[in-house]
Amino acid sequence: MEQQQQITKTKEITYREAITEALYEEMERDSRVFLMGEDLRVFFGGGPLGVTPSEKFLKRFGPERVRDTPISEASFIGAGVGAAITGMKPVVELMFVDFAGVCFDQLTNNAGKLRYIMAGQYNVPLVVRTTIGAGSSFAAVHSQALYALFAHSPGLKIVVPSTAADAKGLLKTAIRDNDPVIFFEHRGLYNVKSQVPTEEYTTPFGVADVKRKGKDVTIVAIAAMVQRALEAADILQKRDNISAEVIDPRTLVPLDEKAILDSVARTSRLVVVDEDYERCSMASEIAAMVASKGFGNLKAPIKTVATPTVPIPYSKELEHSILPNAEKISVAAREVVSYDS
Amino acid sequence: MNESVVIQKGGVEQPDASTMLEMFRRMLLIRAMESTLKDLFASGEIGGTLHLGIGQEGVQVGVCTNLRKDDYITATHRGHGECLAKGADINEMMAEFLGKSSGVCKGRAGDMHVADFKVGDIAATPIVGSGLPIAVGAALSAKMRGTDQVAVPFFGDGANNQGTFHESLNLASIWKLPVVFVCENNLYAESTRITDTTPVKIAERASSYAMPGVQVDGMDVLQVYSAARTAVHRARSGGGPTLIEALTYRYEGHESGDPAHTYRSDQEVQAWMKRDPIILFKNSLESMGVLSDEASNLEIEARRKVESALNLARQASAGGARDAISGVFSVASY
Repeated sequence: MEQQQQITKTKEITYREAITEALYEEMERDSRVFLMGEDLRVFFGGGPLGVTPSEKFLKRFGPERVRDTPISEASFIGAGVGAAITGMKPVVELMFVDFAGVCFDQLTNNAGKLRYIMAGQYNVPLVVRTTIGAGSSFAAVHSQALYALFAHSPGLKIVVPSTAADAKGLLKTAIRDNDPVIFFEHRGLYNVKSQVPTEEYTTPFGVADVKRKGKDVTIVAIAAMVQRALEAADILQKRDNISAEVIDPRTLVPLDEKAILDSVARTSRLVVVDEDYERCSMASEIAAMVASKGFGNLKAPIKTVATPTVPIPYSKELEHSILPNAEKISVAAREVVSYDS
Repeated sequence: MNESVVIQKGGVEQPDASTMLEMFRRMLLIRAMESTLKDLFASGEIGGTLHLGIGQEGVQVGVCTNLRKDDYITATHRGHGECLAKGADINEMMAEFLGKSSGVCKGRAGDMHVADFKVGDIAATPIVGSGLPIAVGAALSAKMRGTDQVAVPFFGDGANNQGTFHESLNLASIWKLPVVFVCENNLYAESTRITDTTPVKIAERASSYAMPGVQVDGMDVLQVYSAARTAVHRARSGGGPTLIEALTYRYEGHESGDPAHTYRSDQEVQAWMKRDPIILFKNSLESMGVLSDEASNLEIEARRKVESALNLARQASAGGARDAISGVFSVASY
């Protein structure tokens, strides 16, 4: 990205540390920003996800701005909506996206629709941070991705960072944004390190990032699937001499359709990788978008690699059998590249 | 009209005479608006569905008279009166019901969603119980910003068995927030009677959340005013939340056209209508000497305002396809 290209100095930090830095910097910058959620203050030294270490957050900002809540997701997400409308910038943590079932009304009907219903009488600058991701034997209701549910519903911006640098820059943008944002953090990425600019920066919404350049096939991958797609690209290069381009949309709403279409215009082949359930997924959405807007450039049918629409099972073997991985992605890529019309 | 009369009644704090007259006018205006909407729906001029609050004006005006313009409310799917009681403009309201671009929500809200943020009505949420958390958040915001604003979520008896009711009272209590929870208990959640759903008085629920719970006669606007005054003062001065349950009645069905006679008797409806909040208030005002014989003139004045608002709304335009797809986000639509 342009903003990032101007920056020369970087440091290596984890995805978790990147989120911590973004929250801390934005709370320092704007006194309207405050945190609200379950167990944020001291649990695991500062939040169930370890992103709000007490020695930084509770000590610096105090209990008013680092607010532990009862286990009442509907009311504290709804309170976030009310606080956002009336002059604050709440960053609310929903520990697992799977908990959205009990606050779906607040998220979709209130956060997402009120600005429109009220004809712009106000904005709803709410950030809901939540976590997604399978692979840890957490079973059916602590492993889902579900961002497609919220991308489907009007009025919510959907952010799905895959690296530390993106997580930090996108979270800062989310907090400064005037609209409701759901920020999906993948639990499998928290300890993954990458280079992050040392200078202040933000990352714009609606701008995809080419994580690897290639010419034979475009692989669009979301959140942790970007890592799987990069592994697949390595395999494809080494084994089959196939050059795969890996595109990370970074935000699903807004979606950088142009970056995807431009890449497909060059490669003529597309694989979409998505950890969410396959049916009515972002994978099928992106496939449909390319089929309708970039059909003339395609030389093979589009392939999607997603999680079959079944509940996520507990057993490690069962669970891993259904998740997208580098092998499945490389098989799909090889198929579209070798497709002979 | 005598606006200088000082009223003492049973030791309860009462508004001054000019405030009472303004309250009476607001109640008449809400009644005139609701009656007109009923006619417009019957004739087919407004479509969709219609949730009338005729009979509940005393609660809405009794509470809102204690609020400043910068205080917040959230309204229900039966929230027309709540919005008007908070000070909304009748012209913008009527245009909204007719789906016009001059409406307060440019025709996007209508019957179930109409709200005017200019006067502090944050939202009307027709998912039962959905507005309480929003009001709690507004109160939290007021507290964090260091203002003395108060938030009042209005809700019906049906909401008192939703999780959000209990969660919101709890949150407001543990954080000692400036909230006055106002339940307009009209005894029926759609068609289901309160006694079939709720084993205690709704006001008694307050004790579980360590806040005062007050049950008042919602047909007596002065009783509502007095209870709300105490609760608003408590909230504004940092004393925390209160739950007010106002016993009231809707003369119409849950929504226009519903067969209300299948779940409640004519005798019951008639008995409540005899205690109509406007008639009771008129009698009080007359006996206090605030009103002599001007009530019918005030009623005509209210009807004229609504009629004039309706005429303006009829002349306004309804917007088009571009309006329908704009403004989902604060910047250009995605």
